[in-house]
Amino acid sequence: MNTVIKMLITLSIIGVVSGALLSQISGWAAPKIEMHRKAATEKAIYLVQPEAKNYQKVESVDFELYKVFDENENTIGYALPYEGNGFQGVIRLMVGVKADLNQLVGLEVLEQVETPGLGTKIVEDDFTGMFEELSAEPKVNWVKGAAPDDPNEIQAITGATISSVAVVDIINKGLEKLRSAEEGGNL
Amino acid sequence: MKKQVTLAQEYVKGIWDQNPVFKAALGLCPVLAVTVSAINGIAMALATTFVLTSASLIISSIRKLIPTQVRIASYILIIATFVTIVDLVMKAQFPELSKALGPYIPLIVVNCLILGRQEAFSSKNSVGRSVLDALGMGTGFLIALFVLGSLRELFGSGTILGVQLMPGFYEPWLVMILPAGAFLTLGLLFGAANSYLQKKERTEKNFLIDKYLKAKKEAEETGEVK
Repeated sequence: MNTVIKMLITLSIIGVVSGALLSQISGWAAPKIEMHRKAATEKAIYLVQPEAKNYQKVESVDFELYKVFDENENTIGYALPYEGNGFQGVIRLMVGVKADLNQLVGLEVLEQVETPGLGTKIVEDDFTGMFEELSAEPKVNWVKGAAPDDPNEIQAITGATISSVAVVDIINKGLEKLRSAEEGGNL
Repeated sequence: MKKQVTLAQEYVKGIWDQNPVFKAALGLCPVLAVTVSAINGIAMALATTFVLTSASLIISSIRKLIPTQVRIASYILIIATFVTIVDLVMKAQFPELSKALGPYIPLIVVNCLILGRQEAFSSKNSVGRSVLDALGMGTGFLIALFVLGSLRELFGSGTILGVQLMPGFYEPWLVMILPAGAFLTLGLLFGAANSYLQKKERTEKNFLIDKYLKAKKEAEETGEVK
């Protein structure tokens, strides 16, 4: 019985001391971590909406969405962080869309764990550049091996078709969500 | 048992004689996973060394207070506390590095190198010796991760610590930054370390044999003179 009590006391003391220590450290670190996260989001918003001068989080929808404004405070579009499955793991994108939701402005890949050297080409400007001013009507399409003909098409990366198509799918799903929010009058 | 080991030896043994990676083959999960570049290897090794040293310090100083039945649970609690500290500090101060190392920082908790040293050393030795042992093991871990990370970065990306070292026409070997490259490089390093050691042992043995033969010969010669 004595041993049991001693065991309980020892573990409790260690637990309490480490809990107290960690809450101190966490209190110091949490605002900094939040700041970094916010800075990264802000940087991505201005990258996908180069003409934006200001932005505001849209509170009326149940997903993360930012409305961006030009210097006269007119709404010029949206920045939508959206994620989905890639080849090996989650791909997280920041999609810049015009206010009518029918044309993309720009694209940034925030997070990905694709195959190094092949799938990771989706973060390069050669790939993301194809989405600039791309028509999204009725949705974004992709072609393989040939130059795209239609204004809503991009060319998939050779050797990384799955990753390229995953990006296109994520964008389309994000746009779908955005459009249904618009129809519901929530934007 | 009387200790024959000097304090300096307590530190030095972790660097080569009992190197956690090349000799004990401990903690290979982060070794293989994060060494795509030299900087990742260094960061991982420093984080591990911090956790190892702090845990050794605490555990060796309270080793007589912990009941044997709950020692592993206590070690894990203490180790987990320090790992969480490292994780939070890295996220707050070095967000880029923290992102590159991903889940491998929280996973230091289950690194068998750390728990192994607590069980094998800190729970039985004085505070000073435990800290020296932890620092030595950490240094050995750092060397191993740096060598592995540098080699993989050199062949896989043509750089070391981000500095271009390979000529422009060099086509990076993709396999080196993939998991297979980690296994290949580590295997070759194991082989190199072992063959060096065997050679050293052989030279020492030959030296002793030569010495013995020489002495025997001299004895015979002097015997003849008599």
